[in-house]
Amino acid sequence: MAVDTKTETGTWRVKAGLAQMLKGGVIMDVVTADHAKIAEDAGAVAVMALERVPSDIRSAGGVARMSDPTMIAAIIEAVTIPVMAKARIGHFAEAQVLQALGVDYIDESEVLTPADEENHIEKTAFTVPFVCGCRDLGEALRRIGEGAAMIRTKGEAGSGNIVEAVRHARRVLGEIRRIQGMGEDELMATARDLRAPYDLVKEIHETGKLPVVNFAAGGVSTPADAALMMQLGVDGIFVGSGVFKSQNPQRMAEAIVKATTHFRDASIVAEVSRGLGDAMAGLDVRTMPEEEKLATRGW
Amino acid sequence: MPRVGVLAIQGDFLEHRQVLERIGVDAPEIRLPHQLDDVDGLIIPGGESTTIVQLIDIYGFRKTLKAKSKAGMPIWGTCAGMIVIASSLSDRRPEPLGLMNIRVSRNAFGRQFDSFEQDLTVEELEGPPFHGVFIRAPAVKKIGDGVRVMASLDDGRPVAVRQDRLFATAFHPELTDDTRIHEMFVRIVEGAN
Repeated sequence: MAVDTKTETGTWRVKAGLAQMLKGGVIMDVVTADHAKIAEDAGAVAVMALERVPSDIRSAGGVARMSDPTMIAAIIEAVTIPVMAKARIGHFAEAQVLQALGVDYIDESEVLTPADEENHIEKTAFTVPFVCGCRDLGEALRRIGEGAAMIRTKGEAGSGNIVEAVRHARRVLGEIRRIQGMGEDELMATARDLRAPYDLVKEIHETGKLPVVNFAAGGVSTPADAALMMQLGVDGIFVGSGVFKSQNPQRMAEAIVKATTHFRDASIVAEVSRGLGDAMAGLDVRTMPEEEKLATRGW
Repeated sequence: MPRVGVLAIQGDFLEHRQVLERIGVDAPEIRLPHQLDDVDGLIIPGGESTTIVQLIDIYGFRKTLKAKSKAGMPIWGTCAGMIVIASSLSDRRPEPLGLMNIRVSRNAFGRQFDSFEQDLTVEELEGPPFHGVFIRAPAVKKIGDGVRVMASLDDGRPVAVRQDRLFATAFHPELTDDTRIHEMFVRIVEGAN
């Protein structure tokens, strides 16, 4: 029987769908092909290829940009799991380069120095899907409105401190619950207050959830951190500096993966937390000057 | 109604459970091997096959799944699930369970920007073509004895195959609103019990 076999690529369903395949998993920052293999062997669902992990970007200062294509290509070559890479906020030309390199997901990331202080990338124009950070529901919905197919909390990247990721996840999930319980007549004023597209606020009112997958990022550095975020209700975990800045990256990577799968089983989280050595050194976010907080980047 | 478990160690297991619940089938999450004793069939969902196979071994599923399959439990793998139940892969890793007589190639269509949607004619399925969602999808490279092709792409590559009570699709029926393929699998489970 002849059927219409028109093939479509870059559709919303395949973009958001890849994120759905990553659920319940851990995405790890890697700076070399060897790191990428360690992450893959530990059970990571994807890797984020970048030149320096956030804690090193933080201490190096200066302008942080998209990574060298040679390094990204080497990581694509080294693993069979999806490879993500970061573009600066608003830097659509960097995103075009990453798409041309064949990365599977682009993170329009506050960890890099923003290229545009008004606008984010118009993401629907791309075939490759985007993930973006958020601190609250309004920010999440603005990014989804621009075409982001996956959302993550910003947390405070490179801090080794989970407090900001908890704050952002609680805020997003709490605002979703609040909207779900509202009357229809309150939705427009809420969309105005959140500075969010009305249609998306209405959708949340009806479904009680974000239309895309939502991961935690920015400060996860132990298995218990991962279990905490999963229990708060996120779909999966990004670990930046937490793995390769720890004393024993391989074991830490495996432990965080196991804690993410079995986040409700404290005995498994306890078992994998034993004798991991030192986690990465952390920073007190409360004494951090506002201009040093990466999470304040993005609009 | 049979109980159809969904392997819930990584991937889009929730989407499968939602479709099953919509057609009135009890669909418990399977997170540990002993939970397989309480179900009549199993779906291995989409996800990252490397991760799912690694976790299958870490959580001790391999032996139990092989025994259950040998004893006749119907198992359906979607995308990563197809890779997991294959007898061999054309890639260096991971090591599949070897339940179904097929050789599978991972990421057979390219990288994410090559992921696609296409309508398919699926054997035994009444009504209009089924909308196939292919995400970094695998393809069946070779089929062995007893394996029947249920759907192919234009170029002849099989994307849905059945071997008695084992069923595999390279695409994701759980990402559509069309419940017909889940209903087909439930009939396989009912026929087995």
